[in-house]
Amino acid sequence: MLVNGAAMGSRVALVVTALISTAIAVTQGCTGNADKTRVLRVATTTSTRDSGLLDELLPLFETAYRCRVDVIAIGTGAALKLGEEGDVDVVLVHARQAEDAFMEASHGIRHEEFMYNDFVLLGPKDDPAGIRDVAPVEAMKTIAEKNHRFVSRGDDSGTHKREMRLWAMTGGRPAWDDYVESGQGMGPTLIMADELQSYVLADMGTYLKFQDKVNLEPLAAAAELLRNPYAAIVVNPRKHPQINATLAHEFVDFLICDETQRLIAGYQIAGRQLFHASRHNDTD
Amino acid sequence: MQLLWDGVTGAVQRLVHGDPLILSAAWRSLWISVMAVCLAAISGMPIGSLLAQKRFIGRSAMLILIRAGMSVPTVLIGLLCYAMLSRRGPLGGLDLLYTPWGIIAGEILLAWPIIVTWTHGAISSLDPRAAETAITLGAGPVRRWRTCLSEARLAIALALLTAFARCFTELGIAMMVGGNIKYRTRTLTTATALETARGEFDRGVAMSLILLFIAVIVTLLIAWLGRQEREA
Repeated sequence: MLVNGAAMGSRVALVVTALISTAIAVTQGCTGNADKTRVLRVATTTSTRDSGLLDELLPLFETAYRCRVDVIAIGTGAALKLGEEGDVDVVLVHARQAEDAFMEASHGIRHEEFMYNDFVLLGPKDDPAGIRDVAPVEAMKTIAEKNHRFVSRGDDSGTHKREMRLWAMTGGRPAWDDYVESGQGMGPTLIMADELQSYVLADMGTYLKFQDKVNLEPLAAAAELLRNPYAAIVVNPRKHPQINATLAHEFVDFLICDETQRLIAGYQIAGRQLFHASRHNDTD
Repeated sequence: MQLLWDGVTGAVQRLVHGDPLILSAAWRSLWISVMAVCLAAISGMPIGSLLAQKRFIGRSAMLILIRAGMSVPTVLIGLLCYAMLSRRGPLGGLDLLYTPWGIIAGEILLAWPIIVTWTHGAISSLDPRAAETAITLGAGPVRRWRTCLSEARLAIALALLTAFARCFTELGIAMMVGGNIKYRTRTLTTATALETARGEFDRGVAMSLILLFIAVIVTLLIAWLGRQEREA
């Protein structure tokens, strides 16, 4: 009996100690080290992730602000949807009209353009449609008129939206058999365009990443129309109380500060500058 | 939760109105999987029976290899098919990449080990007296084989259904070899992946419902056949 009682007593003591230490651990986690467990959720486009720029910038932010950034890379349409649902704190996208609609519906409270790059109209090296150095809208029109193969993203991404805008400027895209919609990200679409030796609209970043793997080259002339601005949007915390607005603002401030803007302008792939800083003068 | 609920109600509306994108993807998924299973069965069933009835050197090694083939991930099959069918690959001249027949080729590789292994299992577990009776009745080898197949027909039907379910619900091959081209190689699984990525959740849910519906029917069929077999 005595032995049993002692054993029981020590078991109870063990349980109590365990409970107390758990409680201490939990409260410490909630208060003492709160900064370390801060998490910022960012939805971005696959092209931004694939460029490798975020891998360069995010660790700096994470160290400086003692937080963790979770990146979800999807199409622009879905990224904005995640913002609308309050599943992310910040959205990084490149589709101006969709961004404006998002802001107008007050899903976002702050919109900052922080960098831009260019789209390129790629095609087979022998250029069967003859669009080399032709202005982009004219080039698209020629491809359609000559019924050449064209691979479209067809996924509501920023690149797809821009393609649609260009078609609208040609006076509407005629339907032809060799216009195919891949419904996939930029990388797989470029591979498909290469396999089918067709024309394709791509963002410069992904093209530079893939230029050794695909037998395609930029054909149409560079133009203002092909400029591709990226914006950061802070999701409205009044609609979704779980939004970490403080950290989201800090992140957007970080993206447009001089130091980061210099890093963006200096980021290179294969010796070529990929993005231009929106806030930073490239000349200084 | 709201998202899922909106998805389900939107999905039901789309199904009721017969969204052409969904219907074409569903029809394509169906005929591609049926074709792949049929083509795999043409060589899979005889080879499975052969492995069950003939004794030769390397037979058990072959069985183990084929059985292992059942667990090859579909993305690996997709990758191999892509490498073979690519313009730069050895079979690039066939122009099968980004066509439904390319997907069928990949799904044959997926279905074949399942059919061989299960046919082998079904025929090995047959009462040997059936074959002996057939021999005493003077049946030739082809006739004997047909007797065995008909004796094992339930188990073989199970094998075909299982292979079909696997092909119908796989994503890796259809995405990598088919390329998810709208109205050409877009299947229920690749379309679901796309619609989710572009934020069209209700369409994704609608297609998942069709996938689920067919999977449930196949499962019920499998369960029913299994019971028939136990009763027989």
